[in-house]
Amino acid sequence: MALFRQIRPAVTIFLSLSVITGLAYPLGMTGLSKLVMPEQAQGSLVRVDGQAVGSALIGQNFTQPRYFHGRPSATTGPDPADPSKTGPLPYNAAASVATNAGPTSKALVDRVTAAVAQLKAENPEAVAAGLSIPMDLVTTSGSGLDPDISPQAAMFQVKRIARMRNLSEDSLKNLVDDMTERPLMGWLGVPHVNVLALNIALDTLHN
Amino acid sequence: MSISGWVTIAAFLICVIAMTRPLGGFLKRVLEGERHLLGQIFGPFERAIYRIAGVRADEEQSWSHYAFAIIVFKIACFVVVYGLLRLQASLPFNPNGMGAVAPDLAYNTAISFLTNTNWQSYGGETTMSYLSQMLALTVQNFVAAAAGIAIAAAVIRGFARRSAATIGNFWVDLVRVTLYVLLPLCVVLAGFFVFEGVPQTLLGSVTVSTLEGAHQTIALGPVASQEAAKLLGTNGGGFFNTNSAHPFENPNALTNFVQMLAIFALGAGLTNMFGRMVGKERQGWAIFSAMSVLFLVGASVLYWSEAHGNPLLTSLGIDPSLGNMEGKETRFGAIGSALFAAVTTDASCGAVNAMHESFLPLGGMIPLINMMLGEVIIGGVGAGLYGFLLFAIISVFMAGLMVGRTPEYLGKKIEAREIKMTMLAVLCLPLVMLGFTALAVVLPAGLSALSASGPHGFTEALYAYTSAAANNGSAFGGLTANPFWNITLGLGMMIGRFFVIIPVLAIAGSMAAKKIGVPTPGTFPTDTGLFIGLVIGVILIVGGLTFLPALALGPIVEHLAMLRGTLF
Repeated sequence: MALFRQIRPAVTIFLSLSVITGLAYPLGMTGLSKLVMPEQAQGSLVRVDGQAVGSALIGQNFTQPRYFHGRPSATTGPDPADPSKTGPLPYNAAASVATNAGPTSKALVDRVTAAVAQLKAENPEAVAAGLSIPMDLVTTSGSGLDPDISPQAAMFQVKRIARMRNLSEDSLKNLVDDMTERPLMGWLGVPHVNVLALNIALDTLHN
Repeated sequence: MSISGWVTIAAFLICVIAMTRPLGGFLKRVLEGERHLLGQIFGPFERAIYRIAGVRADEEQSWSHYAFAIIVFKIACFVVVYGLLRLQASLPFNPNGMGAVAPDLAYNTAISFLTNTNWQSYGGETTMSYLSQMLALTVQNFVAAAAGIAIAAAVIRGFARRSAATIGNFWVDLVRVTLYVLLPLCVVLAGFFVFEGVPQTLLGSVTVSTLEGAHQTIALGPVASQEAAKLLGTNGGGFFNTNSAHPFENPNALTNFVQMLAIFALGAGLTNMFGRMVGKERQGWAIFSAMSVLFLVGASVLYWSEAHGNPLLTSLGIDPSLGNMEGKETRFGAIGSALFAAVTTDASCGAVNAMHESFLPLGGMIPLINMMLGEVIIGGVGAGLYGFLLFAIISVFMAGLMVGRTPEYLGKKIEAREIKMTMLAVLCLPLVMLGFTALAVVLPAGLSALSASGPHGFTEALYAYTSAAANNGSAFGGLTANPFWNITLGLGMMIGRFFVIIPVLAIAGSMAAKKIGVPTPGTFPTDTGLFIGLVIGVILIVGGLTFLPALALGPIVEHLAMLRGTLF
């Protein structure tokens, strides 16, 4: 029967292609990457004084008022008090997740309303100066690990950081401007600032 | 909306057009068994595989043997993937100690990958060992895509040959596409991704001490090799839970642009291969043009939608200039996310770099429509082309009815058998999409998995079965798949794949047996603007109109509710 005659090629070809594409290819790429581009291949870790403080590509949670803050993150992780339960753990890079909130969901509007209130409370000077709330600072990202914020979102926080660190607003604005990555060739991508890189530069500036 | 956004869309289309001809030429050389450089280098591997398999490269198959070969191959794929996922806890390359995958999830994932759907019911970095990612999932990313291209080649042979009994050899097509097309392109693309920052390592997760002194555990793995195959084969199953939104899968705007090109590359190239194999490249460009028109309309509407802020949020005093940023990454912005969503659902890829569920209602409707049209706008590699050819057959049939002549396509008479098979393939998709959705929204097991209520909850269910049957794999991700969903989605994926493949191969078989007629002044030309317009009309009417009532219940009513300020 025709069906049975196909079993030998099905099994042998599947196994041969598995060895080539499932072992030789990924392991070969791993070896080659380690040799040629070891930094990128192992997560683009950022070091301060020799210690790894994060990855250049992965956002981390900033809560102290003396640092620029990133976007809200939807990731969760084990509750520190009771590891059998899970609770919010922003920027958990071991388990990326999004809220998947729909545009008309009450949960979304309630959460964003709370985020706006918190942002205003943390940045009274920006509110007094009439700066409008940047959309990215009150909405969650797709990965929960967004390393970037918009330049507007960084500028919104400048007055608070100037107060916390006794730095001039102009020096901070220049810093944000220097750290802003602009679109390639003027059109590919949108302007953004890497929050970890910005905060490391901020610490350097402050010292 | 900004000028740079529109420039991005235009630049993308120009790059796709520029790739189409060279890729089409190379695909034809590979699938026609002509000489090429890679064949001279890797030929010994190819011949060794045939020797072990007992396959003769010059021995061709009839359409039914070709279909048998595919089915037996897919059964072997299912058994191995299911087995690997169930046993991963006791297998090597598992530095993070992942346990066995649950039976319903392993079944769903195996079907998902072998049908080129790559629906993710699992969270990559929290479920899969590195071995499963490489030997189960990456392998399927290659062979499921290669099988799709092989079938497209077999169907094209049906149109190109005259009075022939065979349409090629599945094993030969499968091996050649994997070794000469997918593997070399993946090596180059994976290397580029690593250069841009995508990890490629067997080391387990690393833990760092952050600037504020907290601990952060960062998942790593052999990501780049999986990523390249995920995109080129329009597979879409990501290494991480959040897919191409994760910065390690898609680190910047340049990788985002290249990912979109990789998704369209082979599907676009196949339109040109079609033209070359049937003897007139213009026939391929006609198909490509119809696809491009539909792509541009969808992408523009999506960009328009997502470049606007959600009115329910901007009324809180938030600056709308960035657009709708919930579920989107800052580095891509509205344009990079909207264009990616259009590309990934046009091409049956299903990779996502932003959460489609959080798009504004009309923005989320475009991906849904792209899939409902049957994944024929570039489409999945191979599947897009043979799906499109079904609509081309309906179009010439309708044109024939209008003028009272026997319909012909490329000189072949289209007769009752072909039309029956075409309608079988075209109608099974709405049946699965709408039938299962109807079931899910009345059964408690279906409803309990939905995260949203109101019209958005309905859209969540509709999106899931549409994505499964169209073999796309993207999701309104709020859905937490339980066994009911895993099983019904698995069925939907299988029906959506095989109830199209088998009729399509049957058509190829009967077309191959026919003579090629000489064109007369009464022949309806299929490489003109009139034909392009007619096919677009048929795709929208036959493919789209079926779904209008369902769309009205979901995204359209949600859009109206949003404008009125209603929350759910």
